[in-house]
Amino acid sequence: MALLEVRSVAMRFRGVVALAGVDLDVAPGTITGLIGPNGAGKTTLFNVISGVQAPTAGTVSMASEVITNVSPHRRCKLGIARTFQRIELFNSLTALENVSVAAEVARRPHAQRVATELLERVGAGQLADQIAGNLSTGSARLVAVARALATQPKILLLDEPASGLDEHETRSFGALLRGLRTDGLTVLLVEHDMTLVMDVSDHIYVLDLGRVIASGSPSEVQHDRNVLAAYLGAA
Amino acid sequence: MESFIAFTIIGLSTGAIYALAASGLVLTYTTSGIFNLSHGATGMLSAFVYWQMRFDWGWPAPFALVITVFILCPLYGALVEKFLMRGLRDTSEVVRLSVTVALLVAAIGLANWVWPPGNYVAFQALFEGHAVDVFGYNLSWQKIITAGCAIAVAIGLRYLLFRTRAGVAMRAVVDDRSLLEINGGRPDRISMLAWAGSASLAGLAGILLAGEQQLNIVPLTLLVVNAYAAAIFGRLRSLPFTFLGAVILGLVDSYYVAYSGDSWFPRTVFGFDLTGLRGSVPTIALFVVLLVLPHTRLHAGALKLRERTKVPAWSTSLLGAALLVTATVAVSGMLARSDALYLVDAFFFAICALSLVPLTGYAGQMSLAPLTFAGLGAMLMAHLPGHGNVLTLVGAVLIVAVIGAVIALPALRVQGIYLALATGAFAIFTSNLIFSQGRAFPNAGLTVPTLGIPGLDLSTPRARLVELSVAYAILGLGVVALRRSRLGRRLIALKDSPIAAATLGVNLTLTKVVAFAISAGIAAFAGALFGASVTTDRFTFAAGLPVVLLAVVGGVGAVSGALFGGISLGANAVLANLVPSLRKATQVLPGLVGIGLGRDPDGVTAQIAPWYAPLKGRWRLIAGCVGAGVAVWALTSLSVLSHWQFGFTMITLTVAVVPNLPAVIDSPPGRRAVAAGWLAVPLVLSAVVDWDSVITSSGWLVAVLVAMVVVFGAGTRRILAGRPSKISESPDEVGLRRALLPTEVAQIDRTLGVVF
Repeated sequence: MALLEVRSVAMRFRGVVALAGVDLDVAPGTITGLIGPNGAGKTTLFNVISGVQAPTAGTVSMASEVITNVSPHRRCKLGIARTFQRIELFNSLTALENVSVAAEVARRPHAQRVATELLERVGAGQLADQIAGNLSTGSARLVAVARALATQPKILLLDEPASGLDEHETRSFGALLRGLRTDGLTVLLVEHDMTLVMDVSDHIYVLDLGRVIASGSPSEVQHDRNVLAAYLGAA
Repeated sequence: MESFIAFTIIGLSTGAIYALAASGLVLTYTTSGIFNLSHGATGMLSAFVYWQMRFDWGWPAPFALVITVFILCPLYGALVEKFLMRGLRDTSEVVRLSVTVALLVAAIGLANWVWPPGNYVAFQALFEGHAVDVFGYNLSWQKIITAGCAIAVAIGLRYLLFRTRAGVAMRAVVDDRSLLEINGGRPDRISMLAWAGSASLAGLAGILLAGEQQLNIVPLTLLVVNAYAAAIFGRLRSLPFTFLGAVILGLVDSYYVAYSGDSWFPRTVFGFDLTGLRGSVPTIALFVVLLVLPHTRLHAGALKLRERTKVPAWSTSLLGAALLVTATVAVSGMLARSDALYLVDAFFFAICALSLVPLTGYAGQMSLAPLTFAGLGAMLMAHLPGHGNVLTLVGAVLIVAVIGAVIALPALRVQGIYLALATGAFAIFTSNLIFSQGRAFPNAGLTVPTLGIPGLDLSTPRARLVELSVAYAILGLGVVALRRSRLGRRLIALKDSPIAAATLGVNLTLTKVVAFAISAGIAAFAGALFGASVTTDRFTFAAGLPVVLLAVVGGVGAVSGALFGGISLGANAVLANLVPSLRKATQVLPGLVGIGLGRDPDGVTAQIAPWYAPLKGRWRLIAGCVGAGVAVWALTSLSVLSHWQFGFTMITLTVAVVPNLPAVIDSPPGRRAVAAGWLAVPLVLSAVVDWDSVITSSGWLVAVLVAMVVVFGAGTRRILAGRPSKISESPDEVGLRRALLPTEVAQIDRTLGVVF
């Protein structure tokens, strides 16, 4: 049974259709990739799943409980955490405080120690005392992942987490994702780095113009004609 | 029926004026993202300028009108955009709003300075005495002109924004300024055009409104309240809905005037006097509109603002609190009663400003009503049982905190400017309908009992001064503790990225309510501890604006910033008293100080703090400086030094000598001796010269003091720095150590072959 179920989700902004009846299942303990060209609706779908935007139609369920009208902070308590394409760190706080806030809100004992351990785990331990607003994009993304992990999520939604990381850092990040999966965490990953996505994902959904145009294992998706058309413009 | 038609026509005319003003607000907001709270002040100033030309100098009306509305107003708007608003990029909404508040405060001060109240003849409406008969009602030409102007503006703006290149560019500026620039647009020029047009509309509205209501500085300035209620009706975007909102407001106001005198209209509701209801109509309308507005969507895109909120260290905070109380106790003994009362006022304002630190500085939520909560605190302290004992104080603070939370609830569905406007509306509503109640403030005033602590008499000005300084120190330490707590980090998270905070499990509504409650509670302390007679005009919306402004100027993210804000307001009053010739200038001063915020959005204290940073960890030096201060105080107490000598010595010691001491000590021996000698001169002069005998004018005394601080403070730094080296600049460093000159840019362009 899927941990996260998205059924017939549609999202319209005045005349623009961002999502047009998306269905998506994320199985527990897996990494699910969500790919698609720019403007496909990936971030909008993340916003709908995390409660930042209410869908025009459709439902979102977490562990069989419908959460379509649940506020973002309650969804977090139900086990949904996310990162953002535009990172959204608390720029006035240090990296450690960014992670501590999340641990404190989740009422984790010894929040500061937890935060330090999580920064170490994502490979950003040396950044603990730096003001978040001064971090490079790649470092800030790692802190954002640590911050999301501090809420002890059941499912982690990652929006382009490897953007801004160099090749070595991306490989390390892939290893981190596999480690998180081994620990039982479920991940829904939006990423443009196809090597990373194909490398770590158990299942992939491809979104284009607000619709799921393909889904399956990485090798199935790679050879799907609709996917090739969406990315390369060829039939 | 005839009276209904007549009042409908009057209402439509009034609505047309609101529409003119509101459309100007929408124009600047949609093109620059800045909500101009000084819009009404622009209208007020232009009404006075028109009056000056038309009625004082006797110029023909059309000539005066054209000069004011089509030359001076656009020029003013363009200059404001170029020199103030353009510098506000990458600043928070709080700073942007505060700069417009600064303009408003400066405009009120300027109007009071140039046109003192009561010194002018009546303002006549356009074509006074000319009217046409409509359904038996004499419709004045001014009303016809007003309606005509509103219709013309509505059509003109619609055409401008949707049918002209300039209009399309104006809308593009809001969507993406840099993209417009890349595509050949000139966003700065477009913004300037919008501000110029907006100022013209404000000017026209101000002149028309003055024709209806006469010249009056504050009511004309607060025209903006009616206008922003209308603008919010159009959600600051839609001109048709803005006009509709303005017309509804005009009609409601007119019908209220028409029928509030009828027998069926209630004078009181449950003993609650409704006299002030008319002035509250726009604020009530604003609240209603806010209630029906859709919930503000969370947006991604945390800004990398120029402001930074530092975590205050306990050691610095405790030292600061101890120094504040000690200095107040030391100085209070030397002050005359009137000066002590000024300082009491300063601490009153400082506590009000402190209430904004958790709310605005930490949580990023703007409030324009700190004095309203202080007023409620004073009212409850006077009326609750116990007559001013500690339990009465606690009760008053808790009740006001709950009121703050409850009032905030409807406004919390929205963010940013809407929230600020809602608090402004609450301030006006409370002044008009709560503080005006005879039971609350008999004869518009009441006596707030002094805090009853067994064994302590807190009724004298000196005792009140010390009491308020202790209160500030304790509340300040409480605010520091808040910032260092989990809640404090959540407040910062709420300010930095509401969307991230929400998805990490932070309940935004609850956090904002708590922030509002804490803020209201702190402000209530200020009112409840006032301990003397107080009138309602101290707690008005207009009176509160300088407090908000100077809190932001001081640095609203820091306890020291709030103290700076309060003390500045108190010092301004002292300066006005000390140097009567500067009294008028002091009315403009807070506004002028606030206008500079765009350059330093962190506030003044954040700029001053680095001066004293070299003292960090040098405890012996700090102890020496404190010892010197104590010695000066002791010599004054023993009447060795006069009060002027005390003031001169302490100010030169604090501002010119102490910041330079670490550098003087660390410099090479030869230079050290020269610098130390140079620094000793102002101290000796301050302590030896019998200042008020040598210079009889208080104004010159203040000027000499300022000159001494500048000459000897900056001079020491120059001595320590030595001669500037004449080593030629490395080409690698061009553009890094300093900004490139236009000639250098041109040279680089030529070298690179870039041709425009």
